[in-house]
Amino acid sequence: MKGLRNYLNKIKPKFEVGGKYGRFASTFEAFESFLYTPNTVTKQGAHIRDAMDLKRTMTVVIVALLPALLFGMFNVGYQHNNVALGLTDTTVMQNFWFGFLKVLPIIVVAYVVGLGIEFIFAEIRHEEVNEGFLVSGLLIPMVMPVDCPLWIVAVATAFAVIVGKEMFGGTGMNIFNPALLARAFIFFAYPTAISGNEVWVAGLKGAANSGMHTHLVDGYSGATPLGDAAAALSSGTVQSADAIQWSMGTTPIDWFYGLIPGSIGETSTLAILIGAFVLIWTGVGSWRIMLSTVVGGLVMGGIFNLVGANVMMTIPAWYHLIIGGFAFGTVFMATDPVTAAQTNRGKWIYGFLIGVLCVLTRVLNPGYPEGMMLAILFMNAMVPLIDYYVVQGNVKRRLKRAKANA
Amino acid sequence: MSKVIKLHKGLDIHLVGAAERVLTKCAAASSYAVVPDHYRGVTPKMLVKVGDKVKAGSPLFFSKEHPEVLFSSPVSGEVTAVNRGEKRKILSVVVTPDGANESERFETGPIGELTRDGVRETLLRAGFWPMLIQRPFGVIADTAATPKAIFVSGLDTAPLAPDLSFLVQDQGDYIIAGLEVLKKLTDGKVHLTVGTDTTAGVLSRIKQAEVHHIEGPHPAGNVGVQIAQIDPIGKGDVVWTVELQHVVMIGRLFLTGAVDMSKVVALTGSEVTKPHYFKVVSGALIGSVTEGNLRANTEEDLKGVRVITGNPLTGIKVALDEVEGYLGFYHNQITVLPEGDKYEFLGWAMPRFKKFSVSHSYFSWLCPKKRYNLDTNMNGGRRAFVQTGIYDKVMPMNIYPLYLIKAVMAGDIDRMENLGIYEVIEEDVALCEFIDPSKNEWQATLGRGIEQMIKELN
Repeated sequence: MKGLRNYLNKIKPKFEVGGKYGRFASTFEAFESFLYTPNTVTKQGAHIRDAMDLKRTMTVVIVALLPALLFGMFNVGYQHNNVALGLTDTTVMQNFWFGFLKVLPIIVVAYVVGLGIEFIFAEIRHEEVNEGFLVSGLLIPMVMPVDCPLWIVAVATAFAVIVGKEMFGGTGMNIFNPALLARAFIFFAYPTAISGNEVWVAGLKGAANSGMHTHLVDGYSGATPLGDAAAALSSGTVQSADAIQWSMGTTPIDWFYGLIPGSIGETSTLAILIGAFVLIWTGVGSWRIMLSTVVGGLVMGGIFNLVGANVMMTIPAWYHLIIGGFAFGTVFMATDPVTAAQTNRGKWIYGFLIGVLCVLTRVLNPGYPEGMMLAILFMNAMVPLIDYYVVQGNVKRRLKRAKANA
Repeated sequence: MSKVIKLHKGLDIHLVGAAERVLTKCAAASSYAVVPDHYRGVTPKMLVKVGDKVKAGSPLFFSKEHPEVLFSSPVSGEVTAVNRGEKRKILSVVVTPDGANESERFETGPIGELTRDGVRETLLRAGFWPMLIQRPFGVIADTAATPKAIFVSGLDTAPLAPDLSFLVQDQGDYIIAGLEVLKKLTDGKVHLTVGTDTTAGVLSRIKQAEVHHIEGPHPAGNVGVQIAQIDPIGKGDVVWTVELQHVVMIGRLFLTGAVDMSKVVALTGSEVTKPHYFKVVSGALIGSVTEGNLRANTEEDLKGVRVITGNPLTGIKVALDEVEGYLGFYHNQITVLPEGDKYEFLGWAMPRFKKFSVSHSYFSWLCPKKRYNLDTNMNGGRRAFVQTGIYDKVMPMNIYPLYLIKAVMAGDIDRMENLGIYEVIEEDVALCEFIDPSKNEWQATLGRGIEQMIKELN
């Protein structure tokens, strides 16, 4: 360890401004501070500082994401081998390994493209490299369908980082959640890569050419529960939720565990709940946003249940929490502190409306069953407005007091 | 007992090296100094030159901005140096004591018969006026203003803070006299806020002021927080605050007619062998107090420690020399901490049991009573603000700290005013700075905002 430190000390001058590799100062700093927390000391004011920094904050989020990611890898294999092909003799490890090999390239592409851009921007701005993308780079693969072509992942990541973040000034300045922006980009630019029934399970797309169709289980469609519900609505013949034919006969308990097709990281509500616990316990994620989003979803779902005008409205409100991207969005996307409301009261409003809008979109817009992504992005845009009115309340109280005194 | 103000927001930081309740009379320091930078917005104009003989209370310089405000020598002796820095800026005016303890004399008489003008004149002449701090902005009080109230804090809740009731334990008469004198300066009330555990000490017997009791974590002892609870400052309001030990000095001045700036300070911090209290005179050379009391002995060792006049959150870093190494005018505490200029391998990922954090991603929440030996490491790199909601938890005022500090960064005068810059000074956002995972300099930033406001309003 000493040797490594000495080596870093030796090469450090070359990377300082004016040194031989001065251009790469930010890059060097990023790797050095990754290996060693820096020796910078306070100059004034608070001479002592809390041990928490953004590296640790982001690390906590990554730890919170791991259960959902690992389960997602397993589920990729499980959906492919056991559900689509009907194999019964694959082990958990075989399924996981299959999924790992499918998911890893997506993660690598997202990180390489995103971090590459971040480093370039940091060098241009002569700033330290921000840790924000460590999380975004993991979130992006987790909201992708496993069969998404890698080049699309790369283009979407670049779009998210450049347009979503760096254009606004980098981490902490952005308006929209970068990971969701990547997904939205694909959704509108390459819709066939991220919607329909065939994209959610590895190898389904193009299966006709590869001859995989001949191996598929009879009647297998690859549809997600949300897709099933939307299909039931558009068919017009199903009148109540009880009559919906859920693909492969999955039940709410399967949805909760996550043994269903879907984006890589979003299927398992259980794994996401573990992540939610980590985020809330460490104080990194806002429990106010998570709770109010769930309440918002339940309230809107409850209202639709009372109306019950079509099959989508009759789906029990709590189904919405465990299907599609609701849980993942609530825990990992809506809580992004940069793009969420910043005041506590604002957080309640923001979360509640995300829940409401998500269910609203799902139920009233059968052409697009997944409402979570757009609900969060829309509320990201509304955040300044919400916070403005909350803060204005504080300002008004102060002015009132000044008037009362005068 | 009157109604107790209970605060829930805030944070107590428990550090190693709190002062034991033992009082040592410190031998006279080898020099004393007045440091213009210890006051906000003072450009000194010299009244003495090197070689002049001065008494305690003799003016050394005045403020260019407010020529009637004098700054006086704390001891009798000879002016031995006027230290200057870049652009000939005066860093400190040093007086070497002659041991004669001579003082300028001021009239005494029954305090009840004093007039506002008389009090004002005596305080100005004795160089005691800078003890009166004006809110908004924490500047030296405007001599023409009449504050709506005067606030004195009777407790200090900062990390390693001295027990204020111990500092003034045998000064009861002077406190009473001082409070009576302060009453002459305002049409409103003089408020004294004490902790709930000072049932026995001298502060519990005070009847000469509006006494409030406050309970809760730091910053309950910050006078700004107390003002916000008792009688918040609005636009156009002027209130004054006075340090408790300055109340003692003012009382002593009016009872004895002599300038006696002696006070008690705590020498604290993990680098002090036996942290305890010292009786010193205002402006004493810190090196004279710390000598023989630090773990570090050699020059080399001393490079590894940071000497701070004041507390670890708001104090001023000083070198142990005869240029800047003097006790701050408003400080009751000297803190010596280890410097944190060390690398730590993969520190961000380690459990770090010896580090303190409000975040549960560390383990300090497991042992809330544990005392930590914190150093001066930043514990991270500077970033844009990312986390939200955490700053409100250490700010027991009706203020959105993140919005206020962003308004300051943007230089938006109207926003600063609307978001409550009149109600805070640097020390009130010190905890926000401490917990900030983005490692922004809250106090320095707010200081810039206050400077900007002062400029705009004049």
